[in-house]
Amino acid sequence: MGAIQAPSLSLAALSPLLFVFGAAAIGVLVEAFAPRHVRHPVQVALALAGMVGGFAATLLIAGTETVTAGGALAIDGAGLFLQATITGLGALSILLFAERGLDPARSSFVAAAAVPAGSPRDRELLTSERVQTEVYPLASFAVGGMMLFATANDLLVMFIALEVLSLPLYLMSGLARRRRLLSQEAAVKYFLLGAFASAFFLYGLALVYGATGTIRLSEIRAAVTEDGTGTLLVLGLGLLVVGLMFKASVAPFHTWTPDVYQGAPTPVTAFMASCTKVAAFGAILRLLYVAFGTADWTWRPLVYGIAIVSMVVGAVLGLTQTDVKRMLAYSSIAHAGFLLTGVIGLGGGTGSGLAATLFYLLAYGLTTLGAFAVVTLVRDGDGEATHLSQWAGLARRSPLTAAIMAFLLLALAGIPLTSGFTGKFAVFRAAIEVGAWPLAVVALVTSAIAAFFYLRLLVLMYFSEPAVDGPTVGVPGLPTTVVLAVTVAATLVLGVVPGSVLDLAESAATLVG
Amino acid sequence: MDTVPATGLLAASWLLIALPLAGAAVLLLGGKRTDRWGHLLAIGTVVVAFALGVACTLELAGSETTSVGVDLFTFISTGSLDVSAGLLFDPLSAVFVLLITGVGALIHVYSVGYMAHDPSRRRFFAYLNLFVAAMLLLVLGDSFVALYFGWEGVGLASYLLIAFWYTRPAAATAAKKAFIMNRVGDVGLALAVFLMFAQLGTTSYAGVFGSVGLLAGGTVTALGLLLLLGACGKSGQFPLQAWLPDAMEGPTPVSALIHAATMVTAGVYLIARSAPVYDATPTARTVVLVVGAITILIGAVVGCAYDDIKKVLAWSTVSQIGYMFLAVGLGPIGYAAGIAHLLTHGFFKAGLFLGAGSVMHAMDDRTDMRGFGGLAGRMKTTFVTFGLGYLALIGFPFLSGYFTKDAIIEAAFDRGGASGYLLGGIAVLGAGLTAFYMTRLMLMTFFGRARWSTTGPDAVHPHESPAVMTLPMIVLAVGSVAAGFLLVEVFPLVDWLAPVFGEPEEAAHVVPPLVVSVLVTVVVALGVLLAWVVVGRREVPTTAPERVSLPVRAARAGLYADTVNESLLMRPGMWLTRALVWVDNRGVDGLVNGIGAGLGGSSARLGRTQTGFVRSYALGMLGGALLVAGALLAVAAG
Repeated sequence: MGAIQAPSLSLAALSPLLFVFGAAAIGVLVEAFAPRHVRHPVQVALALAGMVGGFAATLLIAGTETVTAGGALAIDGAGLFLQATITGLGALSILLFAERGLDPARSSFVAAAAVPAGSPRDRELLTSERVQTEVYPLASFAVGGMMLFATANDLLVMFIALEVLSLPLYLMSGLARRRRLLSQEAAVKYFLLGAFASAFFLYGLALVYGATGTIRLSEIRAAVTEDGTGTLLVLGLGLLVVGLMFKASVAPFHTWTPDVYQGAPTPVTAFMASCTKVAAFGAILRLLYVAFGTADWTWRPLVYGIAIVSMVVGAVLGLTQTDVKRMLAYSSIAHAGFLLTGVIGLGGGTGSGLAATLFYLLAYGLTTLGAFAVVTLVRDGDGEATHLSQWAGLARRSPLTAAIMAFLLLALAGIPLTSGFTGKFAVFRAAIEVGAWPLAVVALVTSAIAAFFYLRLLVLMYFSEPAVDGPTVGVPGLPTTVVLAVTVAATLVLGVVPGSVLDLAESAATLVG
Repeated sequence: MDTVPATGLLAASWLLIALPLAGAAVLLLGGKRTDRWGHLLAIGTVVVAFALGVACTLELAGSETTSVGVDLFTFISTGSLDVSAGLLFDPLSAVFVLLITGVGALIHVYSVGYMAHDPSRRRFFAYLNLFVAAMLLLVLGDSFVALYFGWEGVGLASYLLIAFWYTRPAAATAAKKAFIMNRVGDVGLALAVFLMFAQLGTTSYAGVFGSVGLLAGGTVTALGLLLLLGACGKSGQFPLQAWLPDAMEGPTPVSALIHAATMVTAGVYLIARSAPVYDATPTARTVVLVVGAITILIGAVVGCAYDDIKKVLAWSTVSQIGYMFLAVGLGPIGYAAGIAHLLTHGFFKAGLFLGAGSVMHAMDDRTDMRGFGGLAGRMKTTFVTFGLGYLALIGFPFLSGYFTKDAIIEAAFDRGGASGYLLGGIAVLGAGLTAFYMTRLMLMTFFGRARWSTTGPDAVHPHESPAVMTLPMIVLAVGSVAAGFLLVEVFPLVDWLAPVFGEPEEAAHVVPPLVVSVLVTVVVALGVLLAWVVVGRREVPTTAPERVSLPVRAARAGLYADTVNESLLMRPGMWLTRALVWVDNRGVDGLVNGIGAGLGGSSARLGRTQTGFVRSYALGMLGGALLVAGALLAVAAG
């Protein structure tokens, strides 16, 4: 029996992950040992430190291209860009989590998750200072998992990352302070369907291993190039794709999205809509282009079709939604379809689609985070007022809030001079460059359909009489103000002078394996 | 013409546009808070812009290079697509910058006095600043798209300012008329820009002029004609001349700045700037000539019949811009002459309008010259400055008009052949008519018996305007006297513009310049004499005589341009609109509503799959997975 060889680890390349996971682990200790009244500030500071540290680390090691940890991790341009995006969006999400000034109940998160919903003790705790501060280490773990997901060079690591990011999300979805039953239902649904999707992924992993004898992406690529694609391998690929598309909320694997987005606490929804999407697309890109890049003729028609389904389902179903959060959920499904046009636009891995997709993920993540942040502001006696009718005439009551929301909605619709336009332009162009212009045409048509429901909310805010007992607009505390300022500024800057960020994405657009 | 990146002061030439734009923004957004000092800010921005323009021009004159580019803004520059904007500072844009900011600053100052009692003076100055910014963008842009932005910007400012007193129906109607007739021209310019982009893939001056030779002859001619249509709309040239006299409903400083000195000459700038295009298409160039010649006569003839002091000046502007079109239509021998006349015209016409404004100020905003008379003694400064502008305009020897207008007439004769004699003859005839109607205006306004009274219901008390108004008039009068001599003899504009239009070639004179000069002077003297015989010797009736000859009636109706427009364009346009509304209501709306209903219905039907039950969601995912696996297998097997 030979001695076990320690794998080579490049600590520098791992440093972003170490920051975030380190903060998460310390967070668990804080939860165990720190007195209750200091936990909230300490946890917030710790989580923020982890994210910001991780973000800074990605910037410091920018340009690194290495495969490390015994070949399990690929730290490359695209991976670092995605990690930076995830940590940046994660930090903003933590700020949303930490907002305590908006809700008279002092937080979006439940005081004690174990207390049954609706019990006398639950009512007692509704307005207490206590918060289930576990959300912060949970969020840190989720962010760590997402970062791992986007840089996994090995199907097993990818699976573990998938679980590390998913399990905290299931829990966090169930932690809303108000409408707890809805929130818990969302958590259970998400968990059940997530487990179902994970099983697909795992089964796909097993089939691929069976076909190629390896789980390393680069070795799969070699095997595919050498031996061609057998039935087993193709089936394995299909199941892996299903697992990943589920996380990215791509139709037809999107069904959980509206229910969970609606039920989860809004800051968590914002977190899921922005960070999870980025991580999932990171993994999709890696799987399709690093492992199966030489056999792209097998999956290209499939992704083509899925992109169309996702865009159409998201745009058409979004039309009849009456709840802002559900509407944004369908918007997220449609945007997943637009992102897939960018994935198609990668061509043989040389097209401009990778840079376009990276840019789109950043732009969309920021905009959608901002939009959900606005949702947390509009409230009535029972917490957030998410029914569309309650937003009528908002502009008259709170012109600034309405203006911010209007701007972000225009960005989601892809109107020029917003980041949404630049992103859409980039991915559509990439698709057209590789000859997928029918896809771009469908994308344009669905953009137009989707614009209807964004503009409907805009019209409602600006041209309707406000309801008599309508909601009030809360005065955001510092954290939410920062989030709104950053997201609006970024949406504008990426729309007006996107050049430098596009160049950055261009230079980061490399995948190693 | 090699364009080099800007250095030093020239790199800051974007400030020329930014300053007045910032002024407009502050005044418009600042609201009532800026009422007290807003006009000072507006003047400040334009004065500083003028100083900067002078400094930039001196730096350009002192440097080796003749053309400087400033990269302004890059919207998207990725891969093959490059959407960016930049400025071009060369001798041609330099002279326009000086004209716009110089005359603009003077008129800003004048407006302080003229608009002193207007409650919305702040809005007025905001629009003026907006205009200056847009006009500077028009002449400084380095591409046809940038020019188009400025072009629309000045159109907007012009619209806002004509309708400044929007509660007067006449002003509101005039603004709409100006806007719509400009739109006709703007469509031409827009189509020209599209054509360039489609055929050449670029709209930058450098790109278009560099490759215009590669285009087919027909395409270049189309391009030239479309650009000319745009120029005609903006400059009030035949057949789009009718809006300009109506635009006099705006405050008089606006008429001076926008509708005499700067904006209406944008068409001349466009054609001069596009010289390489017209070099490649003699056909379009000939059309420019024809338009110019026709407009000279229309403007001059109609100007003889009007009694409204501002409208006479407006028709005079139409006619004078006709001279400039004629000049730039003549090609290389005419460009510099046309620009020189544009500059001197900017001085004396702005001065004349300011003088007219001063007279109106004194006469309770009346404009009918039949109610004037004998004002020379009451308003000496106005009379003298106006008189100098008048002499400059009619081409009194050694004043501005004499140098620049005679140069154009000479160039027209130098074209040679029958067409040269025809064009030269029209130009000489125009000069005589100009002398006639301007002398008539002078006689009716400043000489003769006073046809107003200081008592009774219509009492007026003519008085000299305050210094803040007369000072700009004096400066412009000095300019009217000296500009022509300076631009032709002292600092020859021909040499300054040589980098843009090429070295001037010594034309073979068909008619000796001295003969032309004497001929023009004699014709002008005849015009003056005729005016004195017809108007000056007799009593001017206070109401216009009804029983007049046919030509006078036609001229009073603006040579029926409005009637022609109405029957040729407006009525068919209204029929077309009605038909389109019908199609829109029945067809388009039906289609749109149908699509909307279809999408909404399918949305509701699809929405039923969102049951809320995990079991049906899981089933959906399973179905999706089966489809995915099936599709992949089908592709792999196929």
